[in-house]
Amino acid sequence: MEVIIGGVIIGLAASIMLVFNGRVTGISGIVGEGLRLKSSDNNWRYLFLAGLVSGGFILRFTHPSAFTLISSASTFDYILGGLFVGFGTLLGSGCTSGHGVCGISRLSPRSIISTVLFITSGVLSVLLFKFVRGEL
Amino acid sequence: MRGLIAYLVGLLFALGLGLSGMTQPHIVRGFLNIFGEWDWRLLGVMIGAIGVHVITYPLIMKKKSPLLDAKFYVPSNRIVDKRLIMGSIIFGLGWGWAGICPGPGIVALASYEMQFVYFILSMLLGMKLFQVVDKKTRG
Repeated sequence: MEVIIGGVIIGLAASIMLVFNGRVTGISGIVGEGLRLKSSDNNWRYLFLAGLVSGGFILRFTHPSAFTLISSASTFDYILGGLFVGFGTLLGSGCTSGHGVCGISRLSPRSIISTVLFITSGVLSVLLFKFVRGEL
Repeated sequence: MRGLIAYLVGLLFALGLGLSGMTQPHIVRGFLNIFGEWDWRLLGVMIGAIGVHVITYPLIMKKKSPLLDAKFYVPSNRIVDKRLIMGSIIFGLGWGWAGICPGPGIVALASYEMQFVYFILSMLLGMKLFQVVDKKTRG
């Protein structure tokens, strides 16, 4: 049940962003643009990211279990995964939030195809991970 | 004012990600582990989030402009190209391998777990790498 409530909150947050600021809540796009440092319109992006971290601190005290780390992944795995996620999301113009939530909700063919592809390659990646590491 | 909204949306979004389990790599991997013991929980996040936004989106877009800006900044590109395909595949490989995607990774920085810090730093590096390569290839 908590999972669905979490999803509803995400959907509401994306709706608030669109109705007030007219922006898509696509996190990789916001970070990527923020990294360019050139845009004069980056303030809202940095404030959004600050909001994400602030929300993290609230969770830390109200829902510490939200950061349970059970995984046989090593530091190297997080670094490798991060590189792929960073490069891939900018090349593919979106991630789970921009394509998976906002894009599918607008019935964008690009986002529907992107989501099918990243879930499929995610499944393959987990399969490969289990093969290499012997466990999840 | 737009900044305040962005901040509050970020905060709300983070709570949603935390409640839904997206900030826990084992839940994400469990969801992608369809050939093993499949953990279907994350299906609930997608249903909840898309279920809400698919209804609000057309209602919001009936307006001429958003409340605090002159126009909507919604992508209009509908062409599926090689970049979208390759990028999505590469992203999924990293997502499955680390069990974490950009939003939850940033939220989880508040946990002070170093693994999330490494993930976000290398994600930023991957993004910068893309921007440099992209600039060169596009001239």
